[in-house]
Amino acid sequence: MNATPANQDVQLGMPALPAPDYPADVRARLETDAKEVIARYPGSRSALLPLLHLVQAEEGHVTRTGIRFCAEMLDLTTAEVTAVSTFYSMYRRKHSGDYQVGVCTNTLCAVMGGDAIFEELKDHLGVDNGETTGDGAVTLEHIECNAACDFAPVVMVNWEFFDNQTPETARQLVDDLRAGRTVEPTRGAPLCTFKETARMLAGFPDERPGAVEATGGAGPASLIGLRLAKGEAAPGRGADHVVSPRTTADSTPSDEPPSGHPADEAPAGHPSSHDAPQETSASDEQHPSGPTAEEGE
Amino acid sequence: MTVAAEHGGASRRETGGDHPEKLLTPVLSAFWDQPASWTLETYRRHEGYEGLRKALAMPPDDVIAYIKDSGLRGRGGAGFPTGMKWQFIPQGDGKPHYLVVNADESEPGTCKDIPLLFANPHSLIEGIVIACHAIRSNHAFIYLRGEVVPVLRRLHEAVREAYAAGFLGKNILGSGLDLDVIVHAGAGAYICGEETALLDSLEGRRGQPRLRPPFPAVAGLYACPTVVNNVESIASVPAIMNRGKDWFRSMGSEKSPGFTLYSLSGHVANPGQYEAPLGITLRQLLDMSGGMRRGHRLKFWTPGGSSTPMFTDEHLDVPLDYEGVGAAGSMLGTKALQCFDETTCVVRAVTRWTEFYAHESCGKCTPCREGTYWLVQLLRDIEAGKGRPGDLDKIDDIADNINGKSFCALGDGAASPIFSSLKYFREEYEQHLNGRGCPFDPARSTLWADNDAHLGVKA
Repeated sequence: MNATPANQDVQLGMPALPAPDYPADVRARLETDAKEVIARYPGSRSALLPLLHLVQAEEGHVTRTGIRFCAEMLDLTTAEVTAVSTFYSMYRRKHSGDYQVGVCTNTLCAVMGGDAIFEELKDHLGVDNGETTGDGAVTLEHIECNAACDFAPVVMVNWEFFDNQTPETARQLVDDLRAGRTVEPTRGAPLCTFKETARMLAGFPDERPGAVEATGGAGPASLIGLRLAKGEAAPGRGADHVVSPRTTADSTPSDEPPSGHPADEAPAGHPSSHDAPQETSASDEQHPSGPTAEEGE
Repeated sequence: MTVAAEHGGASRRETGGDHPEKLLTPVLSAFWDQPASWTLETYRRHEGYEGLRKALAMPPDDVIAYIKDSGLRGRGGAGFPTGMKWQFIPQGDGKPHYLVVNADESEPGTCKDIPLLFANPHSLIEGIVIACHAIRSNHAFIYLRGEVVPVLRRLHEAVREAYAAGFLGKNILGSGLDLDVIVHAGAGAYICGEETALLDSLEGRRGQPRLRPPFPAVAGLYACPTVVNNVESIASVPAIMNRGKDWFRSMGSEKSPGFTLYSLSGHVANPGQYEAPLGITLRQLLDMSGGMRRGHRLKFWTPGGSSTPMFTDEHLDVPLDYEGVGAAGSMLGTKALQCFDETTCVVRAVTRWTEFYAHESCGKCTPCREGTYWLVQLLRDIEAGKGRPGDLDKIDDIADNINGKSFCALGDGAASPIFSSLKYFREEYEQHLNGRGCPFDPARSTLWADNDAHLGVKA
């Protein structure tokens, strides 16, 4: 609403105008939530990470308006809030998809197939790391170790676990997400949107019936030692006993060789974790200056 | 060939003979297979909150002494005695005391706390109440990494159940103890697993480590006395209180008593959680679990995540306790046993870990921030065949300038894979130099490689 396109091609090094506020009804609703979060902590500033999740739940990423809101609620400067929001990788800095698909490419998952899965998805979706498909459904990124190495290779969608993936299962997964088909994780609740997930991270429990108990107890790998100890699983027997290789998640081994990561690939092309500077929402002049513009999309 | 083929070895404990699986001691994981294992009802059916009753009947100082006597050591990596950490909290100082549970499990390879909290969050909550009774705290925080929403859901629910049942809130079980527990989701930063960075993060700041002293026990959260404990450490406390310190000490060794979760991952036949006494060996774990994947042999492994110097098949009989692993030149860490077979390029593995440390370096201190950046540049060149002979000495030198000279242990962790891989696999690095590049085919390392190739893999 308050975007001023006339300014966009003028670069005079002028300080940015203050971000626009939320519309009054949105502001009132968020303030109620924010006060509830702040009241949980002995020191109000402790609520900053949850509040950044909260504004992300409103807009899908952390906007200048969201930063201003957090600053006002906690009596901080927008610079202080921006410093925090740009430190943590879960706060998005630009408009992104409803489903954040993260492929673990830390060493163990990468070696077990995460690199091939990531290459496959980049190819299949036609996007690079951190980019969103044209339909706004899927944002692809590579992620660091997500504490599920015994289920490698792992893909996370909106931070729910999809264990023991292959390029084929991962491709099916993103196709289903883009087609709006129901997708259920291996461990976790039926998928909701990224914004709804962000609200849980802000400290508001998932109210959907059945969400807590979805997919049941521990995953199979978590139980393997227990089953062995209870005599329910066939143990190894020293020299003459080795069990066969695990089958893949859906027992549909691939007929094609895994794509991607040929040995002669240039180093710049592999999914590195190197920390290239990212745009902040404040420094991105292409960025819509307020939530109204985005909500109107 | 599998490692299991090289049976025998010199374990200082009994090997379990024909039944190595008998060495396992499921305690934390004992009823993860029960229906609705995460609920209060299931937990109470398995003696849940019985340890709390016993602890609340004891004066706080006695609880601290009891945990100290049990010999429980921190399961987050450093192995510091838990009871001693509690004892450092000054008493009668008039300040609030805080317990902060470090559930920011992010060390590459580490995957024990997340399944524990998913399957049985109440063991943590019971442990929190006991610990807060001991250190006289009315406020506890669970700092959970944000990227695990299924666990967040179960923690929210478990805390709700515990309040409803009177295990949290005012006057717990009539003891006079008031306790509030706050579940706090992080936002994606490995460094927040470092306890002082975690405290800064919990105070709403960038997660950067603090100078010590003062230690958190004196000036932690909000500059008040604070205990920061790992999830598994706290979750182990209820069983110790309930079944006794002697029972606990009957497992493991004198200096490293008790049970713990070992997380087997990578090119093994059956990755997963194996709860065993401290001091079990990788050979025993592989023997009982089916060894490496069929047709392959162990090449290198980490005893406790990527920050602990790697081992090779020479180290299969190292007792996996704090002293045993330390004596062999590494650290027990988080007991994250990442096993890689002969199809894996060690340079590729180390490069990726180093990229991780460069990404996660918080930027506060120069050796770590700059050193990890330059290590990545050199390692990428080496992996791509653009490395020169002097590069190996150079990465060794850079790692030496990070190790012990950084602000926190992240820098030391970044140096570990460099030093240890050069120590055991320098020749493999050299094979990459002078335009030759990586001789390995990454397709052979994947989970599905042998489903495609079947028997076409040489051992």
